[in-house]
Amino acid sequence: MPDVSLENISKTYNKGKTIALRDISFSIEKGELFGLIGPDGAGKTSLFRILTTLLLPDAGKATVNGYDVVQQYREIRKRVGYMPGKFSLYQDLSVEENLNFFATVFNTTVKENYNLIQDIYVQIAPFKNRPAGKLSGGMKQKLALCCALIHRPEVLFLDEPTTGVDTVSRKDFWQMLQKLKAEGITILVSTPYMDEASLCERIALIQNGSIMSIDTPQQIIQMYPDPLFAIRAENMSTLLADLRQLQLLKSVYSFGDYHHITFVQNQENSPQELVQQLAQAQHLQLEIKPITPGIEDCFIYLMTQQNESQRNGN
Amino acid sequence: MQQLYSFVRKEFYHVFRDSKTLLMLFGLPIAQILLFGFALTNEIKNANIVVCDYANDNVSNELITQIAHSNNFTLAKIIHTQTEIEAAFEEGDIKLVLVFPNNFAQDLYHQGEAAVQIIADASDPNTATTLTAYAQNIIRDYQQQIQRSAPQVLSIIPQVRMLYNPELKGATNFVPGLIALVMLLICVLMTSVSIVREKEMGTMEILLVSPTNPLVVIIAKALPYFFLSLLNLTIVLLMSVWLLGISINGSLLLLYFVSSIFILCALSLGLLISNIAASQQAAMLISLMGMLLPTVMFSGFMFPIENMPVPLQIVSNIVPSKWFYIIVKDIMIKGTGFAAIWKEVLILSFMTLFLLAVSFKKFKIRLS
Repeated sequence: MPDVSLENISKTYNKGKTIALRDISFSIEKGELFGLIGPDGAGKTSLFRILTTLLLPDAGKATVNGYDVVQQYREIRKRVGYMPGKFSLYQDLSVEENLNFFATVFNTTVKENYNLIQDIYVQIAPFKNRPAGKLSGGMKQKLALCCALIHRPEVLFLDEPTTGVDTVSRKDFWQMLQKLKAEGITILVSTPYMDEASLCERIALIQNGSIMSIDTPQQIIQMYPDPLFAIRAENMSTLLADLRQLQLLKSVYSFGDYHHITFVQNQENSPQELVQQLAQAQHLQLEIKPITPGIEDCFIYLMTQQNESQRNGN
Repeated sequence: MQQLYSFVRKEFYHVFRDSKTLLMLFGLPIAQILLFGFALTNEIKNANIVVCDYANDNVSNELITQIAHSNNFTLAKIIHTQTEIEAAFEEGDIKLVLVFPNNFAQDLYHQGEAAVQIIADASDPNTATTLTAYAQNIIRDYQQQIQRSAPQVLSIIPQVRMLYNPELKGATNFVPGLIALVMLLICVLMTSVSIVREKEMGTMEILLVSPTNPLVVIIAKALPYFFLSLLNLTIVLLMSVWLLGISINGSLLLLYFVSSIFILCALSLGLLISNIAASQQAAMLISLMGMLLPTVMFSGFMFPIENMPVPLQIVSNIVPSKWFYIIVKDIMIKGTGFAAIWKEVLILSFMTLFLLAVSFKKFKIRLS
């Protein structure tokens, strides 16, 4: 039996005018580290709030740990740990006071489950007398995670835990999640950062309130249909403008250091042909190479598919 | 129980670590009692007065000197014709005019009595009554002084005239009204703001997604403010007694008992507001507008309810502060016991129970 399951969950706001979630169904197995990947406004937080019993769905059925999110919300509230997207601890209470307070809120003590949070807590222990509001972003996340774990929850809901956190702390954070997974805790984590997707066992790509794909990160990458190339030149913005003019390219997206491109017709000499066509523009240090797609490439591909099917549907 | 204790301690941390909250909590009542108390204060120093002396004899001169030497008055000038009196008042600044008629000393020693007219600017009724009382006291003292060396009975009769506002309408006792106002404002404001703050900060989300009973959250919010409000009441009472010289004639225990009911009533109102308000500012605005106005208008402490149109009189009945004001006034000023006010206490208790039940019922166990 899955630990978290959703069946045709829909949610709207403003009396149906704003659609937040459309007909979402998926399930998460016990002990799984499941990622919900999508940009801001995709519906991630609405989904979290429904699963944590904070919002009622308009339609559909969802269970957490075997309990219904509408009828048996009290049972769920005893068993889950929840870390909202915004830093939600008492800023004017010290680290230690926050932890002790949330321990009593969950009818437990810091001592009782200390072994679970020990690895995380030792990192913030030097600041235990500092008000939580004065901690750095990474420290705040660690404290929030400690508070969400203090009662050894069955399921852990982490809504964008790494937003606003530096790269090193983000890495730490994901390592901690792996450890928690090893403890047997089911984890649902959301993130707008595509590069974090590969750290999850399975991911759901969410956009505009709909799930576009659910699978392991490797599977999602494998289903990418076209050979993908990365291209760069000294002047990246003129290159992008030039590439967008060309008929032989199917897609062109800017990815920071490189532009990612796919061809309409995938022939062996396609890259050379592209270089020839760009010759007149005289790009300096032009470089083109085949690459394996990342989750972000897949996301963009699925998003254009979704847009097209919606356009055709209308 | 452990949970509740932990919650309550947390609430106290919030209050004592936020200087703005502290200022609001204790600064507001103190400022208000000082402000209102100033209007109430029965001591006025160095009020400018004018003497119109037709007599100009040794008795009138002596009396004028005594008045001029008192701390309460400063003699602005001595005039000799009636027409100048009106002019003196219209110049402003002059609070009181004393008129000594012709043959003042002669009347006093030969007929045994003489009249002195005290004309006060009663546009500020409190000042007017206070100042005429001072003048009457000085005149009485002087009369006793000269009596010792005189064989016959002497009496100087002050004739008081209130200019501009002869009925002396106005507030005589602000303190009971002020207590109602302060209790209501502080309790409603503090509870509503502190709950809405949890919503704004997102901590309410975590508290909801926990095994904690929402009832514990509510009680934990209310308890600290309940006790802080009682502390506030004590401060207001102490200030009224020491600073403003008001005496509490009734039972202090009864006063605290009724105040506790009223505080509970205010706390549940705050809880209700926190359900509607989405931001701390909104909570503050609703609390101030929704509580301040009805209390000032309908509790009877600013505007007498009897003079209102009947529909407004009916409306005033649903304002809890009206009943609380009546009770406090009776206890503090009239010194009445429970037997005389049980009806009002009962009404207030029912209102409180009703509001408490509604606010518990309305407390949201989910977001929005």
